[in-house]
Amino acid sequence: MGYIASLTLMLVALWLTLSGYFHNQLLLSLGAFSVGITVVLALRMRILDDESAPYYRIPRLLVYSVWLMVEIVKANLIVAKTILRPDMVLTPRMVRIKTLPASGFGRALFANSITLTPGTVTVDLDSDEIIVHAILKEMTNKSDFAEMARRCAWAAGEKEVPA
Amino acid sequence: MIEWAPILEVLRHGTAGAFMLVGALFMLIGSSGVLRLPDFYTRIHAAGITDTLATVLLLAGMMIEAGFTQTSAKLALVGIFLFLTSPTATHAVANAAHKAGLKPRLGTVEPPHPRDVDLNEEKS
Repeated sequence: MGYIASLTLMLVALWLTLSGYFHNQLLLSLGAFSVGITVVLALRMRILDDESAPYYRIPRLLVYSVWLMVEIVKANLIVAKTILRPDMVLTPRMVRIKTLPASGFGRALFANSITLTPGTVTVDLDSDEIIVHAILKEMTNKSDFAEMARRCAWAAGEKEVPA
Repeated sequence: MIEWAPILEVLRHGTAGAFMLVGALFMLIGSSGVLRLPDFYTRIHAAGITDTLATVLLLAGMMIEAGFTQTSAKLALVGIFLFLTSPTATHAVANAAHKAGLKPRLGTVEPPHPRDVDLNEEKS
C-alpha cells in the first residue's frame, strides 16, 4: 500500500514539475490517466517493491547524500590539484575492499558512492568484495572505505553495521 | 533610503555568474585531465570531475539565475538524474574494460611535462 501511494505521489510530482500545467483540465486529466496507467502497469509487472519505491529510506538517504556531497567536493579538489600540476605524479592502485554493507541496496549505494567520488572507480563487484581502481595511493585508505561502508549500511537501514 | 531590490538583483546575477564560471573552470580541468592522463583507467577519474562538481556548480548557477521557478525545479531534476546515472555509466565502461582484460598501469606513473611534449610528433 505504501509503495503504491509513494509511487503515485512521485509520478504526480514529476508530471506537474515537468509540464507546469495546473489549470488546463484536459491536460490535467490526461496526466492523471497516464499516472494511473503507470501505477497499474508497475503493479501488474510486479516491480513495485522495496527497490523501486523505497520511500521510507528517503530521510536517511538525504542525510547520507549531504555527507557524500562534502566528500565529493573534497575528492574533486584533490584530483583537480593532481591533474593541474605540470609534473604530475600518479600512483594508481587496484584494491580489494572486503568490508561491505550486508544488504543489496547498501552495496549498490556503496559501489555507486565510490564511483561518484572522483579518484576512485568501482571496477568489479563480487559477492564478498569490491575491486576499486584509485588514481592516488592516498585514496586507498582502508579506514576511509570502512567509514563510507558504515554510512551506506546506516543509510540502507541495516541494523548490523560493518566494523 | 537605499533601494535594496536592484542591489540584491545584481548580487544574484553575480553569484550565478561566479558559480557558472567556476563550474566551467572545473569542466576545463577535467577535460585537460582526460587529455593528459596516461591510460584508460586514470582518464575515467578526470571525467569524474566533469560528471560531479562541474555539473553541480553549473546547475547551481543556472538555478540561482532562474530563481524560484519551474525551470529551477527541472534543473534540480536534471541534477538528481545525473547523479543516479553517471556512476552507472562510469562503472559500465570501467567494468567492460576490466572484463575485456585491459590491464591498468599501476605503481608510480609520471606523464611527460607539457614542455617536453613534441606537438609535431604524431601519436598513434
